[in-house]
Amino acid sequence: MSAAVETFGLTKRYGPFVAVQDLNLRLEVGEVFGLLGPNGSGKTTTILMLLGLTEPTAGSARVLGWDPTRQPLEVKRRVGYLPDSVGFYDELTAWENLRYTAALNGLPSPEANRRIQEVLERMGLAEVAHRKVGTFSRGMKQRLGLADVLLKRPQVAILDEPTLGLDPEAALEFLDLIRSLKRDGLTVLLASHLLHQVQTVCDRVGLFHRGRMALEGTVDDLRERVLGGAYRIHVQARGAGVERVLAEVPGVARVARMDGDTYRVEARVDCRAEIARRVVASGELVGLALERPGLDEVYARYFQELEAQGGAA
Amino acid sequence: MSTEAVEVKAEGVPRREGSPWTGLWAVVYKELADHLTGVRMQILETLMLLTAVGTVYAATQSIRQSIGEDPFLFLRLFTTAREPLPSFVGFLGFLIPLTAIALGFDAINGEYSRRTLSRVLSQPIYRDALILGKFLAGLATLALTLVALWVVVTGMGLFVLGVPPGGEEVARGLLFLGATLAYAGIWMGLAMLFSAVFRQPATSAMTAIAVWLLFAVFWDMLAALVSQAVRPTQYGGVEEELAQARLHLLLARFSPNTLYAETVIALLNPAVRSLGPVLITQLEGAVLGTPLPLSQSLLIAWPQFTAPVAVVILLFAATYVLFQRQEVRA
Repeated sequence: MSAAVETFGLTKRYGPFVAVQDLNLRLEVGEVFGLLGPNGSGKTTTILMLLGLTEPTAGSARVLGWDPTRQPLEVKRRVGYLPDSVGFYDELTAWENLRYTAALNGLPSPEANRRIQEVLERMGLAEVAHRKVGTFSRGMKQRLGLADVLLKRPQVAILDEPTLGLDPEAALEFLDLIRSLKRDGLTVLLASHLLHQVQTVCDRVGLFHRGRMALEGTVDDLRERVLGGAYRIHVQARGAGVERVLAEVPGVARVARMDGDTYRVEARVDCRAEIARRVVASGELVGLALERPGLDEVYARYFQELEAQGGAA
Repeated sequence: MSTEAVEVKAEGVPRREGSPWTGLWAVVYKELADHLTGVRMQILETLMLLTAVGTVYAATQSIRQSIGEDPFLFLRLFTTAREPLPSFVGFLGFLIPLTAIALGFDAINGEYSRRTLSRVLSQPIYRDALILGKFLAGLATLALTLVALWVVVTGMGLFVLGVPPGGEEVARGLLFLGATLAYAGIWMGLAMLFSAVFRQPATSAMTAIAVWLLFAVFWDMLAALVSQAVRPTQYGGVEEELAQARLHLLLARFSPNTLYAETVIALLNPAVRSLGPVLITQLEGAVLGTPLPLSQSLLIAWPQFTAPVAVVILLFAATYVLFQRQEVRA
């Protein structure tokens, strides 16, 4: 596979403030990559540098083989960008707004009309095509934003906080639309701080913290690395020495007694059957539940540990 | 790979590729359509049309009485005032800055506040095309409005006076149109500059209007005050009075309103021979009241004609530089 997006030591400083520090990123063609992190961690700055909308202080980037600093037009012809809380001209209709985008992309009129109809239908906006965007809900505007991205038939789609401000149902719908982009073979770069929402659509994620890429890999990968195990099992059992029994189960990384008879087991494999067998043999098993921790927890844990280390040192 | 990339950077400022004007016409058409269909412009255009009809009609009423006496009857349509109405040119001096400010005050900060800027700039265009497109569309709107007004006035003149304009009158009228466009361009350029400086459209509109008020109302008073203080007439000599008048004129000419007024006088009144103080001795041998040829009138007003054009270009350049350096993110 070849890289759709690559950065080499990409750095952006605003005076003494470092927005992005020495970023080395690689997105394979056709993958959905999640650039995740809290607000102000440098996600949007990274995106703007990839589009040539702001100049890197140091380092460089390649998007589909083009250099965004020197050849931004070539990049922007092939990359669609949905900005954070996208805006449209409220006094124009959805169709007119897309007509402007089509014109800026130099599409001839018949082709533009055909494509606008196509993307509006795909986003479920065909019925409101001739309504003013000022009357649109947040969710509709977000879908119109995605229509705007797809209009130029991009090879790469960069979506900044695509689910922010959407109600849970609209967010799920929108995530489905993002999955459909992947099926079409697009490379998608997703930036978000809503880790739990986007973790389900991302092939790989990179966790951002203060301008640096702190962790990178698949969601399972990170879970394994940070939480010690990808599986978390809650065991409720009575009897003496349950904690020792649990710790001896193969694949278990950590056991913690929560309160009373409840124990939290972190394991690299799903070893519920083995746990059940051993606990029943030695005591009384009351309950057994599997919990898969989300990225939020991975993130929180990772930086807790990082800060603890920093405090100790 | 990464060392190569660093080397490219080290060679100097990387040159960007592709024409900076890609997508320029798309921006111009869109902005022009916005201006021409927007309520803001429709109100101002209606106002201008009404004042044009009103003042020119009043002018024709007073010109009719002196028909046949003036070789430049048509030009009088623009400049004749009849109580209680001011002349058409007088009205234009007021309405044009307002219209021009209305066209430009939210050009850039409006894109920020509507959050459309990053979406538009992520299309394959440079910022150059966006800013120039907006500027050209504004100028085109002003030009369209002014040409329409000019045609209305000329048409009314034909209709009411029944006299066709001569070739020189048409030429003077067209030059007047050009001067008015440059005057309007100053205010639009200023409003656009403020739209790049301030983040709130309301702030940029108020600032532009404040500057206009300063020049329209207070500048002449200030010029008079300063010239009296700096060059007082202690002994009442001609030298002193002349020095004071010259200083007053110099200061007044920093105002675009003064420049415009002087251009209009020289172009629309062929009998005007000088825009400054004239000594009796300089008029020796002159046949007063005889009209100057167009080329001579133009020569008199040439500095006043070119200065606004230069100011428009400077204002645009300042806006351009400011906008290029701004972060896309609000």
